[in-house]
Amino acid sequence: MGEKIDPDLWSDGAQPHLMGGRLPSGQIVFPMPTGDAAEGVEPYKLSRRGKLWSWTSQGFLPKEPYEGPGSGPGEGPPDFQPYLLGYVELPGEVIVESRIVDCRLEDLHLGLELEFCIVPFNARYDTFAFRPATASESKAA
Amino acid sequence: MSENVYIIGAGIHPFGRTDSRSGREQGVYAVREALTDAGLEWPDIECAYGGSAAAGNADIMVNELGLTSLPFTNVANGCATGGSALAASQQAIASGMYDLALAVGFDKHPRGAFNAKPSDYGLPEWYGQTGMMLTTQFFALKIQRYMQLHGISRTTLGRVAEKAFRNGTITPHAWRRSPVDLDTIMNAPMINDPLTKYMFCSPAEGAVALILASEKKMKELGADGVKIRSVAVKTRPPNSFEVFQAGISIEEGGKPTVLASKAAFEKAGIGPEDISVAQLQDTESGAEIMHMAENGFCKDGEQEEWLANGWTEIGGGKLPVNTDGGCLACGEPIGASGLRQVYENVTQLRGRAGERQVPGPNGKGPRFGYSHVYGAPGLSGVAILERE
Repeated sequence: MGEKIDPDLWSDGAQPHLMGGRLPSGQIVFPMPTGDAAEGVEPYKLSRRGKLWSWTSQGFLPKEPYEGPGSGPGEGPPDFQPYLLGYVELPGEVIVESRIVDCRLEDLHLGLELEFCIVPFNARYDTFAFRPATASESKAA
Repeated sequence: MSENVYIIGAGIHPFGRTDSRSGREQGVYAVREALTDAGLEWPDIECAYGGSAAAGNADIMVNELGLTSLPFTNVANGCATGGSALAASQQAIASGMYDLALAVGFDKHPRGAFNAKPSDYGLPEWYGQTGMMLTTQFFALKIQRYMQLHGISRTTLGRVAEKAFRNGTITPHAWRRSPVDLDTIMNAPMINDPLTKYMFCSPAEGAVALILASEKKMKELGADGVKIRSVAVKTRPPNSFEVFQAGISIEEGGKPTVLASKAAFEKAGIGPEDISVAQLQDTESGAEIMHMAENGFCKDGEQEEWLANGWTEIGGGKLPVNTDGGCLACGEPIGASGLRQVYENVTQLRGRAGERQVPGPNGKGPRFGYSHVYGAPGLSGVAILERE
């Protein structure tokens, strides 16, 4: 396991949750606001299960501040690994933008059941992602 | 009662890449073109508004244009820089304070996709570090969902790009002047699924200047003016889905484009059916498709039929869209694009668009032209022009 890319982005433990916030109005937001904007906002553990709301692929090496493969010293576009990302609707909560892992572009469709996971990102950090839901997780949920 | 405002001069520096000129030099070039077009000299201009996103402040242009002591306000409003400059100069004249104003936008960007700093947009660093803060992704994510919900095909995305490059071939100020066929567009490298390389505009360079006048001044000069029927700039309402959002509300919110479009039509006292030529923000093919509906020109999903039948082509039947090739063929110099759209409509309404001229009802230019610009962090500007 690497370091968390942001110490407050998800909760620790065997079943980590992405951290959002609950506004005084009851609305759930992501990410949890910081600074003065956090006043009155309660940290909120977001659901580990959701449905695919939209998706795309990233086919070229992003410029700074991207820190994934291809961005390091002496690295370049040949070292880049294309990735999938999308928006995941967490029912009754919020729609979050996330990497989508463990599947191919052609497997993706609106409403696909997804589950939260932590994945290695670069030599130093882990980040969060969603992957197609497994049967065991759906029983647990 | 506010004064009527007219555009009496329009100048452009060709879009694309001009290694020999800085962005601001291109701006100065455009201002001189606009002055010549209006039959004016720089000391005639009473106030100015302008800016760029990446090529410096506009007010320094007085070094080249002349130290006439005019008030010159820098506008720094991202993709809406041009639209905001136009709105400000329009208000300066409508208020009755001035009779002649300049709106100018220019830019010069490095090659490759735009990159943004998370902190500039109030976002956490991880959003940029992990590769989710790219404007191209937003447009792909928005059109991907729209295609699923409203039955838009990938071929329709390709047709938008094909039309843009075709219009670019007959537009002197366009960057891409060669046609690209549908197969090449569809089979080009995928940038962000479903959008291929040819479906995205590229950061570029260019400049546009417009000279605005009161009705009294226009008549005094005997100038060839086009009336600004209405201008509306709107930022995002609650729960909308915009570029650079790590989280979106599950409640479907409003859209800044819908708000700006409605406000502009309301002020103008006309509807979408009255428009004869439209320039709609086409950062990529999907944006043009979605903006056709958001601006009220068709219902969601009808674009499939519109593009298949060529209804947005010049002389295509319903509504020619992006007659100069739009951002796809002209490239995207952020500070200049919004004013390029207005420049194109002025040219069309004056009947000076040459090979790309949209025919009007009486054999001259069209009566009403519509332009729409959209940008981060969720704002839209609409201008409706009229040839009286």
